[in-house]
Amino acid sequence: MERKEHIISLLVKNEPDVLARIAGALGGKGYNIESLCVNATADYRVSKIILTTRGNAATLNRIEKLLNKLIDVIQVDVVNLDRFVQKELTLAKIKISDEFRAKLAVDIDSYKWKVVWLDGDYLIVEVTADKDEMDKILSHLSELGMVEYTRTGTIVIER
Amino acid sequence: MKLKGTQILFEILKQEKVDTIFGYPGGAVLDIYDELYKTDIRHVLVRHEQGAVHAADGYARASGKVGVCLVTSGPGATNTVTGVATANMDSIPLVVFTGQVATHLIGNDAFQECDITGITRPCTKHNFLVRNIDDLTETIRKAFWIARSGRPGPVLVDLPKNVMASETEFNTEPPKRRKMDVAYEPTPETYDEILEMIRQAKRPVLMIGGGIVLGGASTELTAFARKLQIPVTGTLMGLGAFPGTDPLWLGMVGMHGTYYANMSVTNTDLLIIIGARCDDRVTSKLDCFACGAKIIHVDVDESSIEKNVAVDLALVSDAKRALGHLNKMIEERHYSINPAERSDWLNQIQDWKQQEPLRYEQTDKVIKPQYVIEKLYELTKGEAIITTEVGQNQMWTAQFYHFDRPHAFISSGGLGTMGYGLPAAIGAQCALPDKLVVDIAGDGSIQMNIQEMATAVQQNLPVKVVLLNNGFLGMVRQWQELFYEKRYSQTDMTHQPDFVKLAEAYGWVGLRTDSAAEVESMLKQAIATPRPVLIDFHVDREEGVYPMVRPGAGINEMTLCPWRKCD
Repeated sequence: MERKEHIISLLVKNEPDVLARIAGALGGKGYNIESLCVNATADYRVSKIILTTRGNAATLNRIEKLLNKLIDVIQVDVVNLDRFVQKELTLAKIKISDEFRAKLAVDIDSYKWKVVWLDGDYLIVEVTADKDEMDKILSHLSELGMVEYTRTGTIVIER
Repeated sequence: MKLKGTQILFEILKQEKVDTIFGYPGGAVLDIYDELYKTDIRHVLVRHEQGAVHAADGYARASGKVGVCLVTSGPGATNTVTGVATANMDSIPLVVFTGQVATHLIGNDAFQECDITGITRPCTKHNFLVRNIDDLTETIRKAFWIARSGRPGPVLVDLPKNVMASETEFNTEPPKRRKMDVAYEPTPETYDEILEMIRQAKRPVLMIGGGIVLGGASTELTAFARKLQIPVTGTLMGLGAFPGTDPLWLGMVGMHGTYYANMSVTNTDLLIIIGARCDDRVTSKLDCFACGAKIIHVDVDESSIEKNVAVDLALVSDAKRALGHLNKMIEERHYSINPAERSDWLNQIQDWKQQEPLRYEQTDKVIKPQYVIEKLYELTKGEAIITTEVGQNQMWTAQFYHFDRPHAFISSGGLGTMGYGLPAAIGAQCALPDKLVVDIAGDGSIQMNIQEMATAVQQNLPVKVVLLNNGFLGMVRQWQELFYEKRYSQTDMTHQPDFVKLAEAYGWVGLRTDSAAEVESMLKQAIATPRPVLIDFHVDREEGVYPMVRPGAGINEMTLCPWRKCD
C-alpha cells in the first residue's frame, strides 16, 4: 500500500484547546502528524495550521472527514503542490573545522545561505528550501560538521 | 438585565424547554443548586453520576429531546465519563454540565479539580470550558445546538464556580433559531441514480441504523420500503425504526442477527444502508459483507461513509430529507414496482425464514430466557418501552421483542455499557410517565448501577426490572464455551445478593421464580403493580444466543446452535 506524504492546510479557531482536539482526533485513530506549523492569521481569531501526515488515499480521505467534523475547524484543504508553493526553514549549527572551512565558505556563497550568527568555533546558517531539497542540504551539512538543526516543517501558500 | 451565571443557566434551560435534569450536587455546583432550588425545573437526584448520564440518555432516546445532566467537579465529572462515551458512540444528544473549581485555581491541583474537558475530548461531540461570564450565554446555547444538530451527540460544558457566581448583562430575548447547516445539497442526479440502481436491482435490501430513529425518518422509511417492496434489516440501533411485525422486516443483521437477515445481506445485489456506520458487529469479515452487491450509503455524518465498507454511491444527508425526497420523486413519477419482479427474491427470503427461524426450546423444567422475553412481548402487545443491559439479555431482547415503533428500544449499542439499562429506564420513565418501561437485565449488569433503585422510588417511577438471572456473565461465558474450551474464567456470578430482599430493602416489590409455569403470571403481576418491581427469573444457566457469527467469519457463516453450523 502506498503511504504517500500529504500536506493538509487548516483554518481553525484560535482557541486554547484546538490544537489538542486536532492532535487527539488524528492520534486517537492512529494517524501520525509528521510536521506541524501553527500561527495566527491576519484575523487573530483564526489560526492556520499546516500539517503533514502519511498514508494511502483512503487514509487521507478519512483524515479529511475527521478534521471537517471538528467544531473548531473552519476549513480543510488537502494541498495539491501543483497549485501551492511549499517551503521550510532550517537553522543549522555547524562546528567550524580547518578541514571544511573553505568548502563551507564556498557553499554558503553559492547556495546563498544566510549566516545568522558566527564566532570562532561555530556558525549558524539559515536555509530555506522545499522539503526534498532540505533533506539533501541537511545531509550535505552533516558532512561539513553540522552538530544540530531546527526545522520549521512544511509551510505552504496557494499560488 | 444583569443576571448571575447561575440564573443565566436556568434562563437558557427554560428557553430550551428543558423541564427535567438529572444530577448530583457537590461543592463546585452549590451556587447552581441554590438557584435550582428557586426554579420549578424537575431535578432527578441519582445515586451515582454515571446513573445521571445514562438516565438523561434514556430520557433523550425515549423523548427525542436533548437530555441534560448537572454534576459537580472532580469525581462528579469523572463519574460521567462512561455515560458520556456511551451517548457519544450511539449519537445521543446530551448536554452535561460539570462544576469546575474557580478559574484562578484551575491548574493548581485544587480540591476536586480535574481537567474534564481534556478527559472527555475524545468521547464528546464537543466540549467547552467557560472561562468568562460573558461567554456563558453563547456557550450554553451553542452546546444545545451542537448536541442536536447533524449527527447528534453529547456536549459537555464545564462551569467554574466563580464564573457562575459572577454577573453579566443577559439578553432575555432568545436568539432566532439557527438555521441547520446543510453542508451538502445532493444533486437531483444523485437521487435519479439511486432510483435507477433500485430499478435495476433484482435482490435489494435496506439496512437501517440508529440514524433513522435519531433523524425521525421511520414514517418515510416505512413508506419507501413498502412502496418499492424492499426487505429491511436493521442494526441493533435501528430496531423499531421499521415495524418489527411487517412482512418485509428481516430482523437484526450481524453477529447475532437472524439467519434470513444475514443471508439476505450476503446475497443481495443492492444494499441500501441508511443511518448506520457498519461496525464490526454488523459486518464481521468485510470481504464477505454484501460482496456481490452494489452499495448505497446514506448518512448525515460524512465520516461514517466508506469508513469500513466501500460504497458505489454515497449520499451525505439526514435520513428524513433523503427518504422524503425519494418518496416525493416516486410519487411524482408514478414510479412503482411490479410485484412479480420482486417475487423471486421475496420468496427466497420467505424460504430462509421458514428454514431457520429464531428458535429455542422451552420445556416444562427450567425457564428459558427467550421465553420470558416472548411472554413479555405478548403481554405488553409490543407496546412497552424496553431498555436493556448489555450482553445476552440485550441480544435476546433484540431477537424476541418485536419493536414496531422507534424510541421504544433503548440500549447501549456502540459502547456496550453494562449498567446502562436501569438508569436509562428511569430516564425513559421520566420522559413517558404513562408508559410501561421495562429494563431487561442480566445479573451481572444490574449490579453495576443497582444503587439507582433508590432513585426510582424517590421519583415515584414504576419501572420494572426483568432480571434474567443465570449466575453468569452470560455472554462472556458463551465465548468461553465456544472459543476457550469451557474454561469459565471469572464469569461465575453465583455469589450474588438476594435480589428479592434487595428490591424490598430499596422499597421495590421483589418477586422470584425458577418455574416456567409462573413466568406469565409473575409478569402480569408486575405489569399491574403501579410501583417499581424487580422479578428475579432464575433461567437456564448455560443458554446461548444464536445464531452467532464467529469473530472473523462472514455473516453468512453462522453457528445456528451449539451443534449446528451453516453449510
